[in-house]
Amino acid sequence: MATIDLSKPILDRNEKLAAENRARFDSAGVFVLDLMASPGAGKTSTILATIAALRDRYGIAVIEGDIASKVDAEKVKAHGIPAVQINTGGACHLESDMIQRAVDTLDLDALDLIIVENVGNLVCPTEFFLGEHAKVMILSVPEGHDKPYKYPGIFQISEAVILNKVDTLPVFDFDEDEFTSVVRSLNPTAPIFRIAATKGQGVDEWAGWLARRIEAVRTAAGKPPVGDAGAATGEEGPA
Amino acid sequence: MHEMGITQGILEAAVEAAERAGADSITEIRISVGELTEVVEFALQFAFEALTPGTIAEGATLVVTHVAPRSRCNDCGAEYDHDRFTMLCPECDSLNVTLLQGRELQIDSIETSEEPTEESQG
Ligand SMILES: Nc1nc2c(ncn2[C@@H]2O[C@H](COP(=O)(O)OP(=O)(O)OP(=O)(O)O)[C@@H](O)[C@H]2O)c(=O)[nH]1
Ligand SMILES: [Mg+2]
Ligand SMILES: [Zn+2]
Repeated sequence: MATIDLSKPILDRNEKLAAENRARFDSAGVFVLDLMASPGAGKTSTILATIAALRDRYGIAVIEGDIASKVDAEKVKAHGIPAVQINTGGACHLESDMIQRAVDTLDLDALDLIIVENVGNLVCPTEFFLGEHAKVMILSVPEGHDKPYKYPGIFQISEAVILNKVDTLPVFDFDEDEFTSVVRSLNPTAPIFRIAATKGQGVDEWAGWLARRIEAVRTAAGKPPVGDAGAATGEEGPA
Repeated sequence: MHEMGITQGILEAAVEAAERAGADSITEIRISVGELTEVVEFALQFAFEALTPGTIAEGATLVVTHVAPRSRCNDCGAEYDHDRFTMLCPECDSLNVTLLQGRELQIDSIETSEEPTEESQG
């Protein structure tokens, strides 16, 4: 009998590949967002609304993760935005090797933002880093305000929380105060953005947050600031 | 069921380390799982039983240490244990806190054996 000490992350291989992806994104100055939500919460709709808000300023591409089909990538391509479809073939989340292969097909030099639509699931994507700069989750009003009690992990790992389909608040008994206070206790620093993606409502504030994050990554890579993003942060003035 | 992939990661790391050490079999694998992760022990054990037959870890025990969440308050300095749902400081109600532990997903050590425990088959 012998004891061998290992003391290393179980997902070591995924995490090392994620770090490689991240180094590539950082040197190209491309901000990568991992967008997570349950099926039908509005991931694709939010991506389309975000594209509409930011496409004049930034080069954007989308990586679509689904168990099967390419309908979401087609929806994005219809707007003239490059989209890569990953089919996980049954897997409930994306991993960093899938992202690496998808990114190989994109021209990073032409991009400032890659949005990854993770597989619709509130549990599995939380444990897998892809090389992203931020994980953000969407909860939609019809899913109910009690979801943070049932899926605390995803609310804790997210740097921002989007509450989508707020146009449907009048027809659901969604308690916004309770939702806000549970999210606060799970994740004290994450902003909560209330949006209706298909109506374009509330998207500006969310897009402003994202633009500031994009600018930080661009600046670190030595790219010049773009458009009015500096104005949004109150950092106007001669360079 | 991401526990299947996680268990695969545990097995790969354990088998690789055992083979490097020249061991013939693995009798025990010890891991730590933070209570803030979305990993269920029952599903890990289930996947472990499904994946180990035919490997040098066949018949091994998977020992899971659960790590309770603990945080430090950046305002008053208090360190405190908490549950999955409440991060805020119990001393001063501050939201400016740092998680110290509870998100572990780590393989700690393995127990190996040099003598074959039974006749190898086939
Ligand atoms: N009323 C309303 N409906 C919305 C809103 N956002 C999305 N929807 C609708 O919700 C449905 C699902 O939206 P998607 O954007 O496809 O959701 P998804 O999360 O990408 O779905 P999957 O990729 O299939 O998991 C569609 O019928 C959308 O039109 C919204 O803000 N308000
Ligand atoms: Mg979609
Ligand atoms: Zn305190």
